[in-house]
Amino acid sequence: MTASVQTQHLPADWRDLLALTKPRVVTLVVFTGLCGLLAAPAHIHPVLGFTAILCIALGAGAAAALNQWYEADIDAMMKRTADRPLPAGRMDRQSALHFGVGLGVFSVLLMGLAVNVVAAAILSVSILFYVFVYTVWLKRRTPQNIVIGGAAGAFPPLIGWAAATGRIELLPLLLFALIFLWTPPHFWALSLFVKSDYAKAGVPMLPVVAGLRVTRGQILLYTFPMIAVAVAPWYLGLAGALYGLSAIILSIPFMALAAQISLSTETDPASMKPERRLFAYSILYLFGLFGMLVADRMVLA
Amino acid sequence: MTPAEEAEVRRRQRSRALVTALVLGALVILFYAIAIAKMA
Repeated sequence: MTASVQTQHLPADWRDLLALTKPRVVTLVVFTGLCGLLAAPAHIHPVLGFTAILCIALGAGAAAALNQWYEADIDAMMKRTADRPLPAGRMDRQSALHFGVGLGVFSVLLMGLAVNVVAAAILSVSILFYVFVYTVWLKRRTPQNIVIGGAAGAFPPLIGWAAATGRIELLPLLLFALIFLWTPPHFWALSLFVKSDYAKAGVPMLPVVAGLRVTRGQILLYTFPMIAVAVAPWYLGLAGALYGLSAIILSIPFMALAAQISLSTETDPASMKPERRLFAYSILYLFGLFGMLVADRMVLA
Repeated sequence: MTPAEEAEVRRRQRSRALVTALVLGALVILFYAIAIAKMA
């Protein structure tokens, strides 16, 4: 593509529409949704199971597209997001809005028709929550933005479980709580080493408004209830020792890194090693916990 | 519109049409499979 071509009135390239759905975030969402579906004690026809996961992915993609439609102005100010299709000028905002709304409505309708109404209802709540409560309402107003926003990312296992059983039960609610409590340490670790970017865009990220020390303390504080919830399925008898022991073993490095961070006074983002490590490990941690839960439930069943 | 822009618009329309056709084809197969699964 030549740079001289005026991109504003061109039809968007399909790759940019795909990029608008944040495919990498969707992978994590698909994985936790699939785990919720597989951990459920009910049989679902593989085709309908596939459809449910597809709907979760499309719904998450729709939410991501609508998020970028609304946030094009702040994305343009941050190095990490400046190359997204909208701030980079490769697509007009109207296309992104239509794409997001269309995809979202389609995902909920398909979930309701092919799977069940409970899963469709939770899916629609999760999309609306991410777009209106997180993106529009809280992100620019409060340093607690990502705490509440994390709830949006916590819905997939609940949707997966509801797709298989048609119900909301204690175990998927614990998985919801786990992702909800995992999000703050995960994201604040990232926001510590990209702090300058958030400051530039005027997003009230915790390190920007409360400082590094408070943020590091908060990371450690959230880690305690997060680990308690991670182990909870075991001591409540909803999962076996395989899961319980895995949860304990996986939690040790998380806690160690969080403790190390809480004691750190490093101010140079380039040398924030424990922060970078915790951010990377937190993703592995979530994958590990969900994977082991499914393995455990399959052994039990 | 310059010829270069014209060509770029056509190129994008073609690739979007192709992707749309593939997505629609996949949906036809999926909806057929859903219908069979629902009847089972």
